[in-house]
Amino acid sequence: MNIHPTIQKRTPAEDALVASFEDRFSRLPGDPEVSVKRDAAIEQLKAGLPTRHVEAWHYTDLRRLLTHVPESTAAKGGAVAVEPLLDGSVVTALFDGVHARRLPTLDGVKFEAVADKLSDGSLAPALGASGDDDAVGALNTALVGDGVFVDVSENTSLEVPIEIQNIHTGGQTHTRNAVRVGNGASAIVIERQTGTNPALVSHVSNLSVGDGAEVTWVIVQEQPDTVTHLAQFNAYIGANAKLTLFVMNAGGKLVRQEIKVKTVGEGSDFQLRGVNLLAGDTHSDTTMVLDHAVPHCGSRELVRNVVTGKARGVFQGRINVHQIAQKTDAKMACNTLLLSDDAEFLTKPELEIFADDVACGHGATVTEIDRNHLFYLMARGVPEKEGRGMLVKAFLAEVIEELEHPALVEALEAKLDEWFRVNV
Amino acid sequence: MLEIKNLHARIADTETEIIRGLNLTVRDGEVAAIMGPNGSGKSTLSYILAGRDDYEVTEGDILFNGESILEMDPAERAAAGVFLAFQYPMEIPGVATMEFLKVAMNSQRKARGEPELKIPDLLKRVRVAADELSMDMSMLKRPLNVGFSGGEKKRAEILQMKLLEPKLCVLDETDSGLDIDALKIVADGVNALRSPDRSVVVITHYQRLLDYIVPDSVHVLYKGQVIRSGSKELAHELEANGYAGVIGEAA
Repeated sequence: MNIHPTIQKRTPAEDALVASFEDRFSRLPGDPEVSVKRDAAIEQLKAGLPTRHVEAWHYTDLRRLLTHVPESTAAKGGAVAVEPLLDGSVVTALFDGVHARRLPTLDGVKFEAVADKLSDGSLAPALGASGDDDAVGALNTALVGDGVFVDVSENTSLEVPIEIQNIHTGGQTHTRNAVRVGNGASAIVIERQTGTNPALVSHVSNLSVGDGAEVTWVIVQEQPDTVTHLAQFNAYIGANAKLTLFVMNAGGKLVRQEIKVKTVGEGSDFQLRGVNLLAGDTHSDTTMVLDHAVPHCGSRELVRNVVTGKARGVFQGRINVHQIAQKTDAKMACNTLLLSDDAEFLTKPELEIFADDVACGHGATVTEIDRNHLFYLMARGVPEKEGRGMLVKAFLAEVIEELEHPALVEALEAKLDEWFRVNV
Repeated sequence: MLEIKNLHARIADTETEIIRGLNLTVRDGEVAAIMGPNGSGKSTLSYILAGRDDYEVTEGDILFNGESILEMDPAERAAAGVFLAFQYPMEIPGVATMEFLKVAMNSQRKARGEPELKIPDLLKRVRVAADELSMDMSMLKRPLNVGFSGGEKKRAEILQMKLLEPKLCVLDETDSGLDIDALKIVADGVNALRSPDRSVVVITHYQRLLDYIVPDSVHVLYKGQVIRSGSKELAHELEANGYAGVIGEAA
């Protein structure tokens, strides 16, 4: 039997992406090796954006959902830095996809522009899609223009957080950050994603955590509800190292935040804490793939979602425990609070375990605000809106309070309060 | 203070009528006990007074200081001065007790147009009230009612009552689950709040609580109606003879 692949007509969005590439290609930084990667990536996109028939995109049919791609030149310009999440942070900002002219200086840390590392080809190996279904990787590889490269040298304990701001004024922004935290070093990195106008943002962050290193990485995504935000966070965790990743998704019209983490050294620990605050007529997808690839590693993933309006949320969490990865201890939980009848959340936890001596588990719940709790608060004089806010905050408290950094807890709680004021 | 006139109410979901023509008047400063067998509608009455929307009033009225409260939501009633001490206080994980007290006190003050309490003043009030109820302040650092014993929960209810200074206190089976020492502490807490401009409705199954909180009037509730009212001696009569006699008389 012959199988005739269906040749699909490209969607307007797909056409626009290809046109952006053709328009920009000659001006994008990169040595020949980078150019080859870009070409391959755009070919992948030309074959079509993923649909729900692609398993990784089953709940986020990107081909159907991505209806509008703004002109790549639509940025209004004049972006300004936002207040850092934590006082005293060293801030480095990308404005409309281009790093600020002056990179910061900090003892034990080297900052470089990703554009330079594309031009000299040193970042070429990190580019490319990880597979046919890696649309975010492909899109970013094709069009990435700049970003920040941060190298924290061995045994450097950073006293101050590094905050990388990615701020746009519309149009298209394709950025990539690469952070290397050397053996025995420790760092807090804060990634801010925000802007002021309709935009398409693709962003990739690559992190390598050296042996015995400790990293807390915080992503705060607060795009306007006119922005398509396609992001990927990739990390390798070395031996006896610890990575705590906190993701707060509190904006965007169409959001896909991918998290791909691999333990590559024994005795490492990965902690994911996620808060998805979804409102309006938006679609937000958090997709995690965690590879426990070596023995004696632990991980815990706790994702809490609050969904209101007509918003639709997705969490796909997949933990692969490789055959060699004995004594893996992995637990994943995804809990959702629906605040409106039209809100929706889809959860797909998956465990794929090839080792036989492991402790792995997952759980998912979807609930509404407990009427008894709300009545109790109101019976004490707490108005309904405040009461609901208190209960939503209580639902999220566990995810935030566990962070071992009081100022960070406080800053994130303030972000929650901001969101509650508008949406609960 | 409180006038309940020919009240009819049902469960909103199932339309089962629970309160069937209830009349009750509680004067300023009066402590009224409501007694009755299981299923007579005692707890339902307390919820309806507090404004729980699981119940709907189909007929009659509830006047609080001469004004109907039927259109007010629970928070508005609380701010107006109605307080329900729950039979089973809710455990609410993630809500810190102290934060809850602060929000409750200041929400009520705000609703009444009074200035909000500053933190030091608020803390002081809580400390004094907790002390009077022999409550350890460390309890208040925990999430609201979480991990509290039955007695601790009831004490926490009385603590809230003291802090919120309501005009009408409705105590729903406050004695259930209390040992005798805790019962005395709770009763002392309630008695300390008795005043000419504050009324108390004590809902109870047993006469025991009324030895400690001595009522001015006793009302027997049965099948959603007050079938007999009397003085505190009525409670003793019920204790001695059970409800059967009173129910028989009314039938």
